[in-house]
Amino acid sequence: MAKINSTVEFEALRKEILSSRDPNRPCIAVCTGSGCLALGAAKLVAALKNEIKAQGLEQRIEVRETGCPGFCERGPLIVIYPEETCYLKVQPADAKEVIASVMEKKIIDRLLYVDQVTGERVVHEMDIPFYKNQLRLLIGNNIKLDPTSIDDYLAIGGYTALEKAVCQMKPEQVVGLVKESGLRGRGGGGFPSGNKWEFTRNAPDPEKYVVVNADEGDPGAFMDRALLEGSPHGVLEGLIIGAYAIGAHEGFLYVRQEYPLAVHNITLAIQKAEEYGFLGKNILGSGFDFTVEVAQGAGAFVCGEETALIRSLEGKTGEPKPRPPFPAVRGLWNKPTNINNVETWANIPLIINKGPAAFASVGTGGSKGTKIFSLVGKVKNTGLVEVPMGITLRDIVYKIGGGIPGEKKFKAVQTGGPAGGCMPESLLDMEVDFDQLTKAGSMMGSGGMIVLDEETCMVDFARFFLSFLAEESCGKCVPCREGIQQMLAILNDLTHGKGKKGDLELLEQLTEVSSASLCALGKGAPNPVLSTLKHFRDEYQAHMEGKCPAFTCKSLFSYYIEPEKCQACTSCGKKCPAGAIEGGKNQIHMVDQAKCTKCGACLQACPPRFAAVTRILGEVVPPPLPEEARTIVRGSK
Amino acid sequence: MDRDRIDQIIDTHGCKASSLIQILIAIQSENHWLPKEVLERVSERLDVPMNQIQHITTFYKSFSLVPKGRHEVHVCMGTACHVRGAQGVLDTVEDVTGIKPGETDVDLKFSLETVNCIGCCALGPVMVVDGEYHGNLAATQVEDVLKTYE
Repeated sequence: MAKINSTVEFEALRKEILSSRDPNRPCIAVCTGSGCLALGAAKLVAALKNEIKAQGLEQRIEVRETGCPGFCERGPLIVIYPEETCYLKVQPADAKEVIASVMEKKIIDRLLYVDQVTGERVVHEMDIPFYKNQLRLLIGNNIKLDPTSIDDYLAIGGYTALEKAVCQMKPEQVVGLVKESGLRGRGGGGFPSGNKWEFTRNAPDPEKYVVVNADEGDPGAFMDRALLEGSPHGVLEGLIIGAYAIGAHEGFLYVRQEYPLAVHNITLAIQKAEEYGFLGKNILGSGFDFTVEVAQGAGAFVCGEETALIRSLEGKTGEPKPRPPFPAVRGLWNKPTNINNVETWANIPLIINKGPAAFASVGTGGSKGTKIFSLVGKVKNTGLVEVPMGITLRDIVYKIGGGIPGEKKFKAVQTGGPAGGCMPESLLDMEVDFDQLTKAGSMMGSGGMIVLDEETCMVDFARFFLSFLAEESCGKCVPCREGIQQMLAILNDLTHGKGKKGDLELLEQLTEVSSASLCALGKGAPNPVLSTLKHFRDEYQAHMEGKCPAFTCKSLFSYYIEPEKCQACTSCGKKCPAGAIEGGKNQIHMVDQAKCTKCGACLQACPPRFAAVTRILGEVVPPPLPEEARTIVRGSK
Repeated sequence: MDRDRIDQIIDTHGCKASSLIQILIAIQSENHWLPKEVLERVSERLDVPMNQIQHITTFYKSFSLVPKGRHEVHVCMGTACHVRGAQGVLDTVEDVTGIKPGETDVDLKFSLETVNCIGCCALGPVMVVDGEYHGNLAATQVEDVLKTYE
C-alpha cells in the first residue's frame, strides 16, 4: 500500500475501497471479542469457514471476525448482512445450517432472540430490546468491521475526521470544536476535555505528549477493552486529531497487559495507519508529524491515575505525584502532556464529523453525548451498553438489562469502580450523568455498573472493595495506606461476626482519614463504606448482631438439614465437595458443621419437593439427632 | 533463559532505562518468571541499579520472582465475579491444588493467581488456565476442570 499524501489521494482510495465492495454480498459477522472467544467463537469461525470451503462458496459468502457488539451474555453471536439477522449462542455444530440459511435466504428460528415478555422471536439485531433501547454511536461500529482491517474502517467513513482536521482546520479550531461539544473525560474525572486540551496546547514548552489511558483497572468494567479490540482505528484517529490540536508529535497508548487481544489489535492498527500515511511524517500531506508507541501496564491499578501512569511510562513505579503542576503543564518527562481515556478519544472523530452541536444534542445539561457502561452482576442481559447521558438507572437495569435473573429482588446498582458508591431502589429513577451520580454519593467512574440482588451482602461488598483498594494502594500516602487498612479491619471483623460496640461510628470517622491522600484511589476509598452505610445501615446492624441477612458471610450462617423433611435421597451427600454430609440409605442426613465449607452445593442438590436443606442465620444449629432416631421407616407403597 | 535472548529483547526495546517495565514484561511473558541472573543482566545493560529493579518487580503485580508451575491458574476476583460467587471458586481451587494465590505447588504443576478483572464479566465467575477460559463456573465444577490438566 502506497502512502497517502493528499486529500485527493485519500478520497480516491475511499472510493476504490467502496466500489470494490458489494453491499449485497452476504457477510457473516462473528463476534470474536474476548467474551465470545471465551465462549468458543474461534471454533465457530473455523467451522463456518470450513463449511464455506467445503461447499465452494468462498466467493459468495464472507466471514468477518469482529469486535464486541455488547451482548456478551448470549455469545457466541453472529449478525448476517445485508439483512442484519442476529443469531445468539451459535455453536460450531450450527455452521452447516447457518450457511444453508444464508444461501437460501431463510431464517433459523431456534437461534433467534426470544422476547421474554411477548415470547416472539426477534430477527434483526436492532429490534432486540437489549439493543433497541441503546444509542450505540461508538460500539455500534464494532460488528461492522474487522478490527484488523484498516480498509473496513475506511469503508465506514474512517479517518475522514482526521482528514478534515489536519487538512482543513487550524489546531485552535479543533480545540474549539471539542470545547464547544461539551465532551467530558470518560475515565472517571469528568473534566471538560476541550479545556484540558487547551491547557496543554497553551503550555509554554513546545515539546508535548498525548497519551491514551487504557489502563482499565476497575473490576467489572471492560468498555475500553471492547473499543480497543473492536475499533482500534477509531481510538487512534481521535488520538491523532488530538495530537494535531494540542501540538504533540509523540503519543503513547498505555494498555494493561491483561488485555492481550487489545494490545495485539492496537499494535496492528498503528502499523497499518503508518503504512497508509495516517501516522508518521507529513500526515496526508498536511505537514503534521506524529508517531505512537504502545506501552503495557504490568498490573497496578493505581496506574490508571494520570500522574502514576506517567511515572510508569517513564519506567518507574506507579506512584502518584501532587497536582499542581498538572500533567498539562508538567507531565511525561516533565513536558506538557494530555492524557485522555480510550472512550474520550473515541468520541473525537464523531465530534469532528458531525459537528459539536450534533454531539451536544444528546445528553443532559452538564453531560453531553453517550456513555458506555458494562452492565454486569445480577442482571439478565449482561454486557456492554451505550446509552445517552440522562437515561434513568431503571431503564438501564430493566429495559436494557432485562431485570434480575431468577425471580430475585433488586437491591442496588454500584457504579464508579472500587471508589464508587451503591444506589438503592429509591434512586432507580435518577438520571445517569456525571453530576447526578456524584450527588447521589457515587460517581461515573469509567463506566462499570454492577447490579446487586438480595443475595449480595452489602457489608461484604464494602469489604470486597476495601480489600481491593488496600491491595492496590501504592503506599505512598499514609492516610490511604493506613486508613484503608483500619477500615478494612473493622469490615473484616463485622463479616466474621466480631463487630464491637462503636465500630460503625469509628468506621464513619475513619472515612475522613484516607481522603487526605494525593490521588483518587485514597480519596475515593471511603465511598463504598459511606454509601453502603447510608443506604444499608440495617445490614451493618445485623452484622453487629452476628447475622448476615444475605447469607454471604460464611461465619454468620449455617447449613442445616431439617430431620422431619429429609427423605434420605442422598442427593446432597453426592454433591458435597467437603464430605460434610453424614448419612446413608434410609438414614436422616446431617451436616457436619466442622467440615462444612458453606459452598451451598447441598442446598442446590436437595430436591425442591423435600426442601430439607435450609440455612440458619446467626443462631446455634440444633444438636445432631441421636443415632437411633435417624432411621427412616417407610410405609409400604 | 539464555543471555543472547535477553539481549535480543532488550535491544528490540531500545536499551534505555525508560523501557525497563516493557522489557521485564516481554521477558516474563516468555520465561514465565524473572530469575535473578536475568534481572542482573537487565540491570547491567540498562544501567539501572538492582534495587530499583527490585522496586519495580515487587511493585507491579504481573512480575514473578519465583518459578511458575506448568499450568497457570488465574481466578478472576473482579466485582462481577465476586457477586456471582468467585470466592467459592477460589476456595475450591485452593483446596484442590493445596496452594494459595501467589504460590506454586511442589510438583510445579499449578501456579495460582487471582486477577482483578479480565473483562469477561458476562461469564462470571471465570477461571483462566493457561489462557483457556472457563466461564460460568460453579465451585463444584472446579475439580473436574483442573483434572483435565496434566
